[in-house]
Amino acid sequence: MQLSREALLRAYRQMKVIREFEERLHTDIQTGEIAGFTHLYCGQEAVAVGVCEHLSVEDKIVSTHRGHGHCLAKGCDVNGMMKEIWGSREGLCKGKGGSMHIADIDKGMLGANGIVGAGSPIAVGAGIACKIDGKGHVAITFSGDGACNQGTTFEAMNMAVVTKAATIFVFENNHYSEHTGFEYAVGTQRDIASRAEAFGMKVWRGDGTDFFSVFETMREVLEYVRTPGNGPAAVEFDTERFFGHFEGDPQRYRGPGELDRIREFRDCLKNFRKSVTDAGVLDHADLDALDAEVLEAIEESVRQAKAADRPTAEDVLTDVYISY
Amino acid sequence: MPKMMYRDAVVTTIAEEMARDENVVCLGEDIVGGMGTPGGPEAIGGIWSTSTGLFGKFGADRVIDTPISESAIMGAAAGLALSGKRPIAELMFADFIGVSLDQIWNQLAKFRYMFGGKTKCPAVIRMAYGAGYNAAAQHSQAVHQILTGMPGLKVVMPSTPADVKGLLRTAIRDDDPVIFLEHKALYGMSGEVPDDPEYMIPFGHARLSRAGQDVTIVSTGLLLGFCEAVADRLAAEGIGCDVIDLRTTSPLDEETILDSVEVTGRLIVVDEAPPRCSLAGDICALVAEKAFAALKAPPLAVNPPHTPVPFARELESAYLPSVDKIEAAVRKVLAYR
Repeated sequence: MQLSREALLRAYRQMKVIREFEERLHTDIQTGEIAGFTHLYCGQEAVAVGVCEHLSVEDKIVSTHRGHGHCLAKGCDVNGMMKEIWGSREGLCKGKGGSMHIADIDKGMLGANGIVGAGSPIAVGAGIACKIDGKGHVAITFSGDGACNQGTTFEAMNMAVVTKAATIFVFENNHYSEHTGFEYAVGTQRDIASRAEAFGMKVWRGDGTDFFSVFETMREVLEYVRTPGNGPAAVEFDTERFFGHFEGDPQRYRGPGELDRIREFRDCLKNFRKSVTDAGVLDHADLDALDAEVLEAIEESVRQAKAADRPTAEDVLTDVYISY
Repeated sequence: MPKMMYRDAVVTTIAEEMARDENVVCLGEDIVGGMGTPGGPEAIGGIWSTSTGLFGKFGADRVIDTPISESAIMGAAAGLALSGKRPIAELMFADFIGVSLDQIWNQLAKFRYMFGGKTKCPAVIRMAYGAGYNAAAQHSQAVHQILTGMPGLKVVMPSTPADVKGLLRTAIRDDDPVIFLEHKALYGMSGEVPDDPEYMIPFGHARLSRAGQDVTIVSTGLLLGFCEAVADRLAAEGIGCDVIDLRTTSPLDEETILDSVEVTGRLIVVDEAPPRCSLAGDICALVAEKAFAALKAPPLAVNPPHTPVPFARELESAYLPSVDKIEAAVRKVLAYR
């Protein structure tokens, strides 16, 4: 464990922010006050944070419908995001995007995306831009085991290899594409990384419930892709989705005791806490203090979202070219 | 003014803009051609010869030959545009929007609005469209009615080499995604083209290509020339036609159309796409709504029939609006009451 105390605290805090952001949404959505479709990232925090802790604002990411974790990990403002999901005109996208379309270009966050598999081609373009600029920056696309079956993902992988784009395909295998099992839907019956390998990419694999596995794997992946001339790479992280596909999903596809089991043994926050306290680098009091601070920050974001200005009918007509 | 072909106006304008702004990059299938072959790069230079010489001038980083992956091409254009570049992506045939529509419609067109206006999306998607080559149902379509109906896109349909130059430059410098529709049958058309490297035509400004008092004819692209031929024929009989070249279908220059109809009281719209939910139907509705009192006859849409584009020469010429059919339409509105 080579990370400094500060870096460890920061990584834990980032994961905890995502966890509490999502847990709070899970609660608040049930009141009916939040409109639309919401897909929660709970359980996969180690992937977003383990990847994004390596990145600068010059590096780009492209996300998915399950994008809150990626957005937060890449530096999107917690309050701006909560306001967006509550549909406020003070939200990051003025209430025009919502949960599935949060973006902050200045932070290198090129958008969550409501279309499964649509992000990878965009990340190829961003990766070509990084290659042209020649400053060692990269573009990362997050895809699940659902998106890995879309033709756009295949096209993007080949195009990235052919154009030597500085693009990294991060596959988060949470074993469910919406409501369908990975073993059914991914015909290779093996893993996703082997597909990426077949497209001619160097690939890595890691444990997506272990921050340190993700972080150390990404150190190698990034060193490889940041090196001029190497082109793209892919990495698959095995992870868990604590909630349903969308909020309100009855999850009848889960096995008996499955959710309790993954919350008990495959929780990246618990795993992190155990690692750092066992190693004696941080103690429980450090982490408990962060927990309290994060809970208060999320509470504050909800307070702000509830009080924020609502959009007006006039706002429908701005931010797009219109001539009629 | 020097004379130049429509296709050369495309490549000249792209080259001028690439020389002016290093953020302008091109991508598409076979736009270099010959990559990975014994013949070597530029063995093709674009199947329409609309990228000839660019690879040699600007290199592989900025002239990106892609695999046959239309979704990935459109998506890469979107990613480049979000990353500070000004991509010009070529879709070899407009018909291939079917393969790549998500990236055009759900991604490129929506970014600026969906992200609350916090990003630009300066991408140009060029595509060759239209019938006249006996290329049959999947390589001959006019697709502007589909794309014009999509909020967030601007749609350009140049009818002359000079307009290619002026409109393509405007498209490349525009901060929104622009669909640039090049008619296949016009690539070999020759015409005078300003050699001013700053020559630009603003979007949403139609061009009056013939002036007359009796009938307003609205069109663009290949069929604009047919309409001009009809106007010239009728002029000999003392019938005057305003022929309006829309240049862009989105934004649409309503004012020029309405001003003309206020004088003529008669409208025909000649459109290469199928009739239902068409540009022609849309403009007829616009005129019926906003210039009703001026009308002396019902507005008339001239479209191909509601069929796929057929293959055989006899079938394709029966499909497309022709000079004779357009003339008959004009005579029909003149004869009303």
